[in-house]
Amino acid sequence: MAVGSGATSRWGLRVLGLGYILLLLLLPLGLIFYKTFEHGIAPPLDAITSPDGLHALKLTLLMVAIAVPLNTIFGIGCALLLVRHRWWGNPIIDAIINLPFAISPVVIGLSLFLLYGTTGWFEPALAEAGIKVLFSVPGMVIASVFVSLPFVVRETVPVLQEIGTEQEQAASTLGANAWQTFWRITLPAIRWGVAYGVVLTTARVLGEFGAVSVVSGSISGQTQTLPLFVEKQYENFNLPGAFGASVLLALLALMTLLAMNFLKRKEDA
Amino acid sequence: MEAGTLTRSSAPRAGIRLPWVGAGLGRGAVVLYLSLIVLLPLAALTDQSLSQGLGHFWDQVSQGQALRSLKLTLVCSLIVVLINAFFGTIIAWLLVRDHFPGKAAVNAVIDLPFALPTIVASLILIQLWGAKSPFGVNISLQQPAIVVALLFVTLPFVVRAVQPLLMEMDREMEEAAASLGAGGFTVFRRIIFPNLLPGLAAGVALAFARALGEYGSVLLFAGGLPDTQVSSVFIRQQIESGNDTGAAAVSVVLLLASLLCLAFVTLFQRWGSRHERSQGAGLTNMPMSGDAGGGTHEEDEDGRR
Repeated sequence: MAVGSGATSRWGLRVLGLGYILLLLLLPLGLIFYKTFEHGIAPPLDAITSPDGLHALKLTLLMVAIAVPLNTIFGIGCALLLVRHRWWGNPIIDAIINLPFAISPVVIGLSLFLLYGTTGWFEPALAEAGIKVLFSVPGMVIASVFVSLPFVVRETVPVLQEIGTEQEQAASTLGANAWQTFWRITLPAIRWGVAYGVVLTTARVLGEFGAVSVVSGSISGQTQTLPLFVEKQYENFNLPGAFGASVLLALLALMTLLAMNFLKRKEDA
Repeated sequence: MEAGTLTRSSAPRAGIRLPWVGAGLGRGAVVLYLSLIVLLPLAALTDQSLSQGLGHFWDQVSQGQALRSLKLTLVCSLIVVLINAFFGTIIAWLLVRDHFPGKAAVNAVIDLPFALPTIVASLILIQLWGAKSPFGVNISLQQPAIVVALLFVTLPFVVRAVQPLLMEMDREMEEAAASLGAGGFTVFRRIIFPNLLPGLAAGVALAFARALGEYGSVLLFAGGLPDTQVSSVFIRQQIESGNDTGAAAVSVVLLLASLLCLAFVTLFQRWGSRHERSQGAGLTNMPMSGDAGGGTHEEDEDGRR
């Protein structure tokens, strides 16, 4: 109670802090809804339901459907290894997992571009197999997996540390095999932490722009996700289209926030 | 390295480990996944940047526009993390120590920049502070636009890094200081701030890394003019004009900067956990969500009022 116990300083901090949030976060969020529906619901709706818009939506959902399960399975397994198995390589793995947080999306995109591109290391093998990674869906999936890799691991590790091993030991003493123990004891105990990580992963995949834009080539109706669709519409001076897709993404972001809030409460309970 | 809560019982850590495969197999799978997804692409990047020799690498990085973009990125990121360190600490304090209507909503909305796609942020900011600004303030396609966009995307980092430390802080020290006659600001400077510093530093380092590499939110709002080109936008333009080696060279510089930031984050967290709470197995804990430090929770605070 020491700091800010004076009414003046308390109100001063409130005005500063909340004013900053209002100006930086809430104002933009309000404006996007206003701008989108300024001329009624038809223009943004038309844009999203255009063939290119619908294709972008489908492709975005496809990214989520592939990248999120992959990173969830990897995340849980990796967290178990890091927390429960002592190994000299653990700190290195731990450090590598954090890389996608810090590396620029464009740098990630360029790295994949170079690895799978015409002069890349995989080019001969891929060309022979007839697989096209760059400027097509596989490359975009790999980019999505890269950028969203850390979330499940990072959210699961602290929960695993917190629950300890006593219940699991009890279960195995009572004759449960490792698989049963995992499904009946471990997974239920860490589920909210994992779910929180899944939500963050989903949000990141839905909104990823930089990395995907480098590897996809952003071809309308083919390799365009919703964020890329927003950019293209803006560049083509089709503001209702850009706003329509933006509102859709903003709504998904709000749902993410709600889910995060809900899961945090569950986790704490 | 398995300190703290984990080895409470010093019995051999049986219990559940990786259930479906041996640890060795699992480890192999993890290493393979990380190599394929993360390490191999980064190796290809580094290889390309050096493909025409170290001299060429240096030329690419130090040529006019590349150097200019790097400097601009660095300066803007520094300004941004300083501003957000200040406001982030205030907001964290409000969320932990103050009580006002709508606090839960404010706490939830802090994560908006994590959830909102960056390209959408760029589009909104351009409406708000662009040519058609409702306030008549037009900074789009100018350098201040970079700062505003980066302020938006990095806001949660400091808040979420400082918040858990503030929650766990023992108020007795503050009360003791106050009873000995220390004023509000003195208490903050001598007691609170030193305790928050590790978290604040970790949050700032992560925000800095994010700011250095930010692309989507800057793209439409600040544009790619020579004056407003941050490094990520510059890299993108080099890719489009076919200069892969130049793009890779600047990328490697950004990559090294990111690695440095991450090293600092880890360092600050070790520092924080040394005299505060044990962070468990020495694994990093990113301040990227509301529960960055684990431990005490929002609900406790509210319940106590």
